[in-house]
Amino acid sequence: MELTRRDALAALAASGVAVGTAAVLDDDLADAFDGDASDASGGPSDSAPEERMATLLAIADVVYPSRLSGVEEFVRTYALGRVEDRESYREGMVQALSTLDDYARTWHDAEFRELDPETRESVLDQMGADTADPDPEGGDSARVRYYLVNELLYALYSSPTGGKLVGIENPQGHPGGTGSYQRGPRR
Amino acid sequence: MTGSGTDRTPSERADVCVVGAGPAGALVAHRLARRGYDVVVLEAGERFDFEDRKERMERAIRPGRGPLSVWEMGGPRDAYSSEGEWFYPLNRARVKGVGGTTLHWQGMVMRLHESDFEAWPIEYGDLRPYYAEAEAALGVAGADDNPYAPPREEPFPMPAFSPSYSDSLFAEACERLGVTMHSVPNARNSEGYDDRSSCVGYGTCKPVCPSGAKYSADHHVEKAEEEGARVIDRAPVQRLEHDDAGERVTAAVYATPEGETHRQEAREFVLAAGGVEIPRLLLLSESPRYPDGLANSSGAVGRYFMDHLFAGVGGTVDRETRQNHVGFITSECHQFYDDPTRGTEGTDGGIPEWSGKGERDGEPRPDSIKLEFLNYAGPSPVEMALSGDQWGDDLLDTLREGYGNSIAMGGLVGQRPRKENRIALDRSTTDDHGNPVPELHWRVDDRTKASLRRANRIQRAILDELGADISWTVGPENTGPAFHHMGTTRMGTNPDESVVNPRLRTHDLRNLSIASSSVFRTGGALNPTLTIAALALKAAGHVEERL
Ligand SMILES: Cc1cc2nc3c(=O)[nH]c(=O)nc-3n(C[C@H](O)[C@H](O)[C@H](O)COP(=O)(O)OP(=O)(O)OC[C@H]3O[C@@H](n4cnc5c(N)ncnc54)[C@H](O)[C@@H]3O)c2cc1C
Ligand code: SF4
Repeated sequence: MELTRRDALAALAASGVAVGTAAVLDDDLADAFDGDASDASGGPSDSAPEERMATLLAIADVVYPSRLSGVEEFVRTYALGRVEDRESYREGMVQALSTLDDYARTWHDAEFRELDPETRESVLDQMGADTADPDPEGGDSARVRYYLVNELLYALYSSPTGGKLVGIENPQGHPGGTGSYQRGPRR
Repeated sequence: MTGSGTDRTPSERADVCVVGAGPAGALVAHRLARRGYDVVVLEAGERFDFEDRKERMERAIRPGRGPLSVWEMGGPRDAYSSEGEWFYPLNRARVKGVGGTTLHWQGMVMRLHESDFEAWPIEYGDLRPYYAEAEAALGVAGADDNPYAPPREEPFPMPAFSPSYSDSLFAEACERLGVTMHSVPNARNSEGYDDRSSCVGYGTCKPVCPSGAKYSADHHVEKAEEEGARVIDRAPVQRLEHDDAGERVTAAVYATPEGETHRQEAREFVLAAGGVEIPRLLLLSESPRYPDGLANSSGAVGRYFMDHLFAGVGGTVDRETRQNHVGFITSECHQFYDDPTRGTEGTDGGIPEWSGKGERDGEPRPDSIKLEFLNYAGPSPVEMALSGDQWGDDLLDTLREGYGNSIAMGGLVGQRPRKENRIALDRSTTDDHGNPVPELHWRVDDRTKASLRRANRIQRAILDELGADISWTVGPENTGPAFHHMGTTRMGTNPDESVVNPRLRTHDLRNLSIASSSVFRTGGALNPTLTIAALALKAAGHVEERL
């Protein structure tokens, strides 16, 4: 199944972002997805916006189902729109990305995005992001779960394309109208 | 508007002071302001920005911030204690803010049946015109297809929502059993109404509708303000003061976020703070003249607390059921409301009559039952995805397995009024202003359990007929409250055993009225808010007669 830019824009609209802003349309990474994690955490990993995006895409690779295409454009459009004008949310996300890189560096001497797919999955597993209770103010795994893993899963499974993978074209969180609940399954 | 720059000083001259900006307070304020009176509304909670609703929806769907965070409930302001045999989760049962609990509610709105008024000092006929007015105010989508509903002459303001695909599966089984299905009146726009959009299917009605298609009372607060009413948010009323004779309320004393305390004087006072905070406020307003609490000569303030209880059965069928597209129901059944013991006969079988010899011999006769056919049975995929411990293809497999075939029925039964179920003050615990918190004493009695058992029986019979594999039951042992706070300042003609008269004015004080389900004498088994709205409009009319 193919994820499209439209899915991303729909998911953005549903999350309250004014769709059509310059950042979304121009993919203005530097403006929209910037942030300074090193200031806050004192850590060494102040990666550039494009690298952060690459890390997010690397996570999407792990948490999204394999039969999905168009992930890159979807994540770019969605993630940028989401953090624009939401300062504290952007900070939370940037911090979580740098936390994840810290783990990758400690265990594998490389940034998360540079790891091969299996190693990426093992890092997320070993840090406990799969079983952690998501919590924006929690520990490392809880924040990675909340700001990164669940952020991506929320975007996907509240969008029509993500919903359709499961069998619901109007998932919760998506304003898909009042026709679909009346319709029977398509055979 | 809610910042520190807001003027929260009292109005110099007010005809009416309303306490609480939920549907009851909003409707009273709107009606009286429209008639040209000076109205001040004091609301404990904040004014939420409509623009933030999508973010609130996200909080509701995504785990991480806790369910109470959606409407900022909890903390010292909302402290309470639950001392009864059954725990009562009070802060899940209310919202404090402009719009009150309707910000969170589900929005199904029925008129009580004629039989529900047997113990009341007013009849269905007395409320009937107010019901029609309330339906127009809230914007109710409904159809005249319920053979058990009380008489009405005006059509609903909007057409009913069409039945769901899931309803059509139930319909086959119900026809074989002789169970009647009919539409549900919804305070939810099936088309554009009163400058609010029609439903667009976010599917998160409870606890938040981002489109505004579900009615919430902030709408009437705005309308009241357009008519000149003044609404002061974050202004919890601490107590009411009365004159020397103890005949009139003179002022509502309220606090502000800046730490100030003000007195709002008015000619008439209307309490619309919900069925828990109204009795609490009266008890907190004790004085030498009213040592047991204001307007409490009867001793009934806080007593006879009732709620409705949920009964449900669910499972899976071997067909797709198409759940969770929308967050509201489209079909229900009132057939067992006036006659919960009746049997039915369909084209192929039926529901057996209640014989008194069920699972419990000699159990009390069940009371009214309302049955619901759910459109949101089983988990929603997005919520499953966010709380699971898998991702990638494994997660998708799990979601596909978990979603698709769920089916469930819900329902409500009522409790009869019992003096020992009550709201009292817990003097050992105080809120953020140093006031004793509400203390709930509440339990579920045997008759209520019998009603739940009967409801489960009917639900199980219908699901069996559908061929469902039943996996869960909510009944007598694990039921929970529906969050309808009734009975705590009950209406009556005898001042020795009731708090307000049939004109919703307290027996004790001549200028103090109550608009709330707290005046219900009995609660039936139907969601209360349309009746609250009708009573609020009636109360507003009586206040006006005195102004
Ligand atoms: C999850 C849920 C689902 C529900 N679904 C339905 C449904 O489908 N149908 C239905 O009919 N009902 C439903 N209800 C119940 C419905 O929400 C209430 O009946 C209704 O909101 C009551 O209206 P009210 O104006 O009396 O009180 P509320 O809406 O509770 O408003 C009271 C207001 O008073 C304010 N207040 C309290 N104390 C003070 C004070 N001391 N000073 C100043 N202000 C104060 C509060 O902050 C609040 O804003 C539901 C409730 C819940 C929780
Ligand atoms: S489904 Fe519910 S939440 Fe969505 S628009 Fe309709 S009323 Fe609002």
